[in-house]
Amino acid sequence: MPDHLSALQLILSGDPALLAIVRLSLGVSLAAVALASAIGMPFGALLALTHFRGRAVLVVLLNAMMGLPPVVVGLALYLLLSRAGPLGELGILFTPAAMVIAQTVLIVPIIAALTRQTVEDLWVEYRDELRAMNVGAVGRMTTLLWDARFSLLTALLAGFGRAAAEVGAVMIVGGNIDGFTRTMTTTVALETSKGNLPLAMGLGAILIVIVLAINAAAWGTRVWSQRVTG
Amino acid sequence: MASRRPFLPLAMLLGIALVSSTSSAEDRSIVVASTTSTQDSGLFGYLLPMFKAKTGIDVKVIAQGTGQALDTARRGDADVVFVHAKPQEERFVADGFGVKRFDVMYNDFVLIGPKSDPAGVKGKDIATALKAIEAKGAPFVSRGDRSGTHAAELALWIIAGIDVASTKGAWYREIGQGMGAALNTASAMNAYVLSDRGTWIAFKNRGDLDIVVEGDKRLFNQYGVMLVNPEKYPSVKKELGQTFVDWLISPEGQAAIAGYKIDGQQLFFPDAARKPD
Repeated sequence: MPDHLSALQLILSGDPALLAIVRLSLGVSLAAVALASAIGMPFGALLALTHFRGRAVLVVLLNAMMGLPPVVVGLALYLLLSRAGPLGELGILFTPAAMVIAQTVLIVPIIAALTRQTVEDLWVEYRDELRAMNVGAVGRMTTLLWDARFSLLTALLAGFGRAAAEVGAVMIVGGNIDGFTRTMTTTVALETSKGNLPLAMGLGAILIVIVLAINAAAWGTRVWSQRVTG
Repeated sequence: MASRRPFLPLAMLLGIALVSSTSSAEDRSIVVASTTSTQDSGLFGYLLPMFKAKTGIDVKVIAQGTGQALDTARRGDADVVFVHAKPQEERFVADGFGVKRFDVMYNDFVLIGPKSDPAGVKGKDIATALKAIEAKGAPFVSRGDRSGTHAAELALWIIAGIDVASTKGAWYREIGQGMGAALNTASAMNAYVLSDRGTWIAFKNRGDLDIVVEGDKRLFNQYGVMLVNPEKYPSVKKELGQTFVDWLISPEGQAAIAGYKIDGQQLFFPDAARKPD
């Protein structure tokens, strides 16, 4: 990052290093949201619709895991992925793949817990109807997930927000390597440590604007599709 | 049902495309565990493009304190270590984790403090200055992170005859962070802090701080480089890593180091040729 330029100048001039950082941040966070949804949504729905001993414990555990400290997740993954660790053979420590895994671990609980609550609330409303129609377990899950899709968008956005804002885990497993694993948040941390406070603040503002734009786009999509589907 | 599905694979593809497009051309790259001072001073930003132009090798720098950088290499997660705490480096090589250590360059540490200089240490030698700071209980920020600078600071307290571990009071603040963060903290609370000169010259948020002690020969700061032992970790990229080490200590690499200047001031002084280790 050239020191003498302000964040605004960097954006306006389309600085390639900054654009690459923005692209990597978005890529990692979106991939993590996609993976976490693929895992968390079915899991949350399943947990909402099944009853077994210890279910309450699992629900509490899942809710608590929404508060997983990123730096602890980062450290645990670091130990796993390190060459000296059990998954060292993969050689993915200090790569974007490791960052995607870290963020996925962080947001699966958020998406699963919010999905569980949403589906459970909706189940109360749909219960009699679905039972009367003799819909099976898989059918119930898919119906409820589909009908809750607008509420679940909030779960996705909560997951994305957590992923995009996170710095502790990606710093540890990504290593903040220039041009390779440097994200918006780790850049802000780095520029702060260089005493470049105005640039760091400007980059922070850009990050907030990007997150805002994505939320606005999601909101627009929701309004649009509600109008289309009725 | 059908229309919910396209979203996930689509987002996943998009994400993976974005991630993988940045990680191509990965073969000719090495991971170098180095210190916050070499990164925060901007040295790598200046050196690495030259090295890349010459050899085509991408150098991925993980900037940590010296102790942590050596730990990273001990776990086999780096190909080369480039740090500044000679005794720790020599132990690293003696333990078989490093192949061979080479001197690369030096700069010096400087004692930074408020311009008002409440402990009255300006122009004193480093031992006298530290004694005065301790006697006055003037705020002092310590890295506290097992970095090369932290190790040097602890050694200087011993030289000053102060057992800082047992006498330290509220005036001695260990922050456990990198050089830049320590300077930010010192700037915010007008404290004394030991810094390498390179990071200080490149540092932008000085506030009311300035150099108060410099030029004492005990403030010498030597940097060394070593290849991680491929016999310990076969994953170490031996040829590429050695190419980087060789370049750093070659006349060309040494000239490049000497050429790095901020506002006309040279930050690091090459000394690979001075004495073979």
